[in-house]
Amino acid sequence: MIPASFDYIAVKTVPEAVAELAKHGDESKLLAGGHSLIPLMKLRLSTPSFVVDIGRVKDLNYIRRTDGHIAFGALTTHHDIEFSDLVKEQLPLLASAASQIGDPQVRNRGTMGGAAAHADPSGDYPTCLLTLDAEFDVVGPNGRRVIKASDFFVGTFTSALQPDEVLTEIRVPAPPAGTRGTYLKFSRRSQDWAIVAVAAQATVKDRKFQEIRIGLTSMGGTPLRASAVEAALRGKSADADTIRKAAEKAAEGTDPPQDLNGSPDYRRHLATVLTRRALEQLTAGR
Amino acid sequence: MRHRVAMTINGTQYEHEVEPRTLLVYYIREQAGLTGTHIGCDTSSCGACTVEMDGHSVKSCTVFAVQADGAQITTIEGLAVGSQLHPLQQAFWDEHGLQCGYCTPGMIMAAKQLLERNPKPTEQEIRLGIEGNLCRCTGYQNIVKAIETAARTMAAQAGKEVKAPAAVS
Ligand SMILES: Cc1cc2nc3c(=O)[nH]c(=O)nc-3n(C[C@H](O)[C@H](O)[C@H](O)COP(=O)(O)OP(=O)(O)OC[C@H]3O[C@@H](n4cnc5c(N)ncnc54)[C@H](O)[C@@H]3O)c2cc1C
Ligand code: FES
Ligand code: FES
Repeated sequence: MIPASFDYIAVKTVPEAVAELAKHGDESKLLAGGHSLIPLMKLRLSTPSFVVDIGRVKDLNYIRRTDGHIAFGALTTHHDIEFSDLVKEQLPLLASAASQIGDPQVRNRGTMGGAAAHADPSGDYPTCLLTLDAEFDVVGPNGRRVIKASDFFVGTFTSALQPDEVLTEIRVPAPPAGTRGTYLKFSRRSQDWAIVAVAAQATVKDRKFQEIRIGLTSMGGTPLRASAVEAALRGKSADADTIRKAAEKAAEGTDPPQDLNGSPDYRRHLATVLTRRALEQLTAGR
Repeated sequence: MRHRVAMTINGTQYEHEVEPRTLLVYYIREQAGLTGTHIGCDTSSCGACTVEMDGHSVKSCTVFAVQADGAQITTIEGLAVGSQLHPLQQAFWDEHGLQCGYCTPGMIMAAKQLLERNPKPTEQEIRLGIEGNLCRCTGYQNIVKAIETAARTMAAQAGKEVKAPAAVS
C-alpha cells in the first residue's frame, strides 16, 4: 500500500500554502493531519503530484473564546477538542462527537479543518458544524471570505472550498448558559464510522425548548438538519410525549444510503430512535 | 525528489534521504532498522504500527516520514531501561497479555498513552483506550488485565518517587 510518488512541499504560512496551490492547480493537495488523505493516496484513489503540508503552520492550532463565539484553528486536533475544558463546558456536543471519532491514535492526528474540508457525509464534525451554524474562514488568492455552514457542505465529499483555498478558522456561536448537547453515534464496532448518528443541542428553560438544534449523519449525501423535529419542538414543552412525537419526524426529507451496514429503512428507523434518545438525555432532570 | 529527514528515535538521532511517499513505519523498520514496530494491516485499522510521536500515539502507517522530520519518536524498543522492562512490558509478560505477539508492540504503545492520560483507568476506559488496536489471538481479556496491573505498578512507583524526598527531610 504505497502511494504514487509526489513532490512534498512543507509551508510555514497560509499565504505560502495558497501560493503553492495556485501554482500547481489541480495537481496539488493540501495535507493537514493526513488521516483521510493518506489512506486515499495509499489506495491510489488520490494521486496528487504535489502535496502541500500545512501541518507546520504556526497559529492554526487553537481553541479560543471570541466575541460570542468559540473559534477553532483549522489544525486543532480531534484530541484537543475532546479534552478541552472550554469545549466540554460550552459545546458539549462537539466534545462528545470528537471523543467518538475513530480511535485515540486517529484523534491525535486528525484535524477539524481536514475533517470539514473532506466533507464526508458519514463524518462526525460536518454534522455538528452544520447543526451549530458554524462559519468557516477561508483564505484564497483573492483574500479572505467567510462561508456559512449551510453553504459549506455542498455534496458528497464536496465542500464550497475552491482548490486554491485554505480553511483557516471555524467559529461556532457560543450557546446560552445551561445549554446541553450530545452526539449519539450508532456503529457496530468500536472505531467504525457512523451507520447513523444524531447531533443534538438544546436550551431548556421552564420545561420548554427555547433553542433546539438537531443534525443527522449518514442520512444523505451531505450532513442534514432534522428541521421537522426542530420545528415540532421549538417553544414546546420538554415532556416525554412531545419528544416522542417529534422524534418520529427525524427521517423526514432525508435520503439515506443503502450499503453493507444497512438499508435506507433501517437508517430511518435508527434516526428516529437516536433522536428520541438524544432528546431524553438532554432533558433529563430539567 | 528526495528529502533529507532527521528525527530522534528512542534518544538516538537518525538522518536519511527519503522519498516523500515513504511511510514513517517503513522508515523506522527499514531505514532506522528498528523492526519492533509491526505492520499489520497497512490501512490505519489495526494499530500494530503504533509509535509515539512528540508525545502522542500515532499509527505510523498513516504518517509520512517527511511529516516526522524533526520529531521525537519512541518505539517499543525505547521502553526498557537496560534489562529492566517497562512496567507495561513486564505486566504483558506476567499476565499473558500476548499469544503470537504480533499486536503487542502497538498495543503497549497505545496502553502507554492511555496510562499517561488516565493513570487509573476503569476496565471500560482501558477497552476504549485500545480501541484502535486489534488482537487476533487473545480475546483482549489478558491485555486488559495486563494494563490494569501495569497501572498499579506505575502508581506504586510514582508514589515512591513522591514519598522519597519527604522521608529524607
Ligand atoms: C482509522 C480511521 C478511522 C476514522 N474514523 C472516523 C470517524 O469515526 N469519524 C470521522 O468523522 N472521521 C473518521 N476518520 C477521519 C478522520 O477524522 C480524519 O482525520 C479527517 O476526516 C480528516 O482530517 P485530517 O486533518 O486528517 O485531513 P487530511 O487527511 O490531511 O485532509 C483531508 C482533506 O481535506 C483537505 N484539507 C485538509 N486541511 C485543509 C484546510 N485547512 N483547508 C482546506 N483543505 C484542507 C485535504 O486537502 C484533503 O483533501 C477516521 C480516519 C481513520 C484513518
Ligand atoms: S499497520 Fe498501521 S494501523 Fe495497521
Ligand atoms: S497476540 Fe497475536 S495478535 Fe495479539
